[in-house]
Amino acid sequence: MQAFQFSKATTVDAAIGEGAPTGVKFVAGGTTLVDLMKLNVERPTTVIDINSLPLDKIEPTSEGGLKIGAMVRNSDLAHDPAVQQHYTVLSQALLSGASPQLRNMATTGGNLLQRTRCYYFRDTAYPCNKRKPGSGCSAIDGFHRIHAILGTSEHCIATNPSDMAVAMMALEATVHIKGAKGDRAVPLSEFYLVPGSTPERENVLAPGELITHVTLPKLPESARSYYLKRRDRASYEFALASAAVVATTQGNRLRHLRVALGGVGTKPWRSMEAEHALTGREATEKNFHAAAEAALRGAKPLHDNAFKVELAKRTLVRALKVVTQPA
Amino acid sequence: MSDKRVPCPPNFPEMSEDKQESGIKTPPGVTRRSFLGRLGAAGIAATAAPLLAPADAQTSPAHETETGPLGAVPVTLKINGQEHSLQLEPRVTLLDALRENLQLPGTKKGCDHGQCGACTVHVNGRRVNSCLTFAIMHQGDEITTIEGLAKNGELHPVQAAFLEHDGFQCGYCTSGQIMSAAALLKEPCGQDDDSVRECMSGNICRCGAYTNIVAAVQSARRAA
Repeated sequence: MQAFQFSKATTVDAAIGEGAPTGVKFVAGGTTLVDLMKLNVERPTTVIDINSLPLDKIEPTSEGGLKIGAMVRNSDLAHDPAVQQHYTVLSQALLSGASPQLRNMATTGGNLLQRTRCYYFRDTAYPCNKRKPGSGCSAIDGFHRIHAILGTSEHCIATNPSDMAVAMMALEATVHIKGAKGDRAVPLSEFYLVPGSTPERENVLAPGELITHVTLPKLPESARSYYLKRRDRASYEFALASAAVVATTQGNRLRHLRVALGGVGTKPWRSMEAEHALTGREATEKNFHAAAEAALRGAKPLHDNAFKVELAKRTLVRALKVVTQPA
Repeated sequence: MSDKRVPCPPNFPEMSEDKQESGIKTPPGVTRRSFLGRLGAAGIAATAAPLLAPADAQTSPAHETETGPLGAVPVTLKINGQEHSLQLEPRVTLLDALRENLQLPGTKKGCDHGQCGACTVHVNGRRVNSCLTFAIMHQGDEITTIEGLAKNGELHPVQAAFLEHDGFQCGYCTSGQIMSAAALLKEPCGQDDDSVRECMSGNICRCGAYTNIVAAVQSARRAA
């Protein structure tokens, strides 16, 4: 691991002030950053410890939603009574990811920024446009079973690995960011960038900007939500395909419906196509299949990951069935 | 079960490593670990010095300082109730500080990437992977390792349960399994075996001693 200078920020303003220069990285849980520093994929010259920042609260908002501090640990968020009761999909997504030890470390802000598990990104022996812009993509012509089928480009097919962010996408979360130029609130749907020709840019954060908290809007009273994750083993594994669904039904018709897919996109993948196909329609298996077809219509599978198209459709259909089951 | 007192065996949990009968005679006052370490270094120096010299030169501290004004800084860690003042580079992980600087090798290095759980310790009562965090980030924290789990000469109930249920084979993952299970006793986790498997999924056992590990964890939970 490359040596670095270390400092500890005790206020958000101090962190922002010190965090802007090139080569500076914030460390929170460390579960992504330290891992990638050992692989020489991340080579910061300065690391700023932000674990003392007062951003570790989960609080109700005045609009009836929830405010989640960026330093709230994944395990605390998953087991929070308000999250379990009103945002079930978020608790389920968090508990389906990583291990108890990692969830005790990983933070809300850090989880939003976790890097891809693409083998070629993680191995500096290979070209990778995300790690070294312009060097080429080793995955497209390589082994790409775990790679994305939605939002890909000729430059990058790396999958976003987060479960939490998929649930937050279906919950229409907003990311609150503080920087030298002030505060801004970015809808999570606009926070992530698809790779295009600049796969090294994964989100809209500018250097020195810090995620301070995430807000979730209040859901309709009768809303139900569910997260379903499919993977190679039953636990402690990244998704091959997952679906986060938030739904309200009236009679047998779907009213409020939000759908996001994980494990298949270059970013946590909100599927407006599936929502449009189903909203106002009856909760029937036939309609669920039509929505799943719509969600995957734009998929661009390659040789090894073609199975994900069908897997994602079945995952979404199953999630829609569960969430619309009569109580 | 709950009031059953189990005395610490001598050198537990390090018995499998330093004091096991291995057929190697160590000089008085020298542990098997330190003896083998010196033997290994001498052996490598004698046989592979020409091969290793170039690689060694590339990674020497002198070379690294070319990238910046870097070096060891004072770090104070509280491990098993005792404060230790160390000089550590910021890049030293908590795991490496325990093993290399504090001579607490009960915490194991498996994958070194947060995937196996062998390095599990408690920080302020919560289980974490000590390989994925820098020691310097834990000044002021209460750190507990496997060496600090037994109290007043008595095994922690999870340690006793692992002995009783034979919850290991080679033993390399065991300290991480035990630290994980000890934290699990205070966490939300369903009562059934499947819940234990899920809650222990961050600890990999390559021998596959899972059946007895689950039995040990369940036994300790019932006793707690």
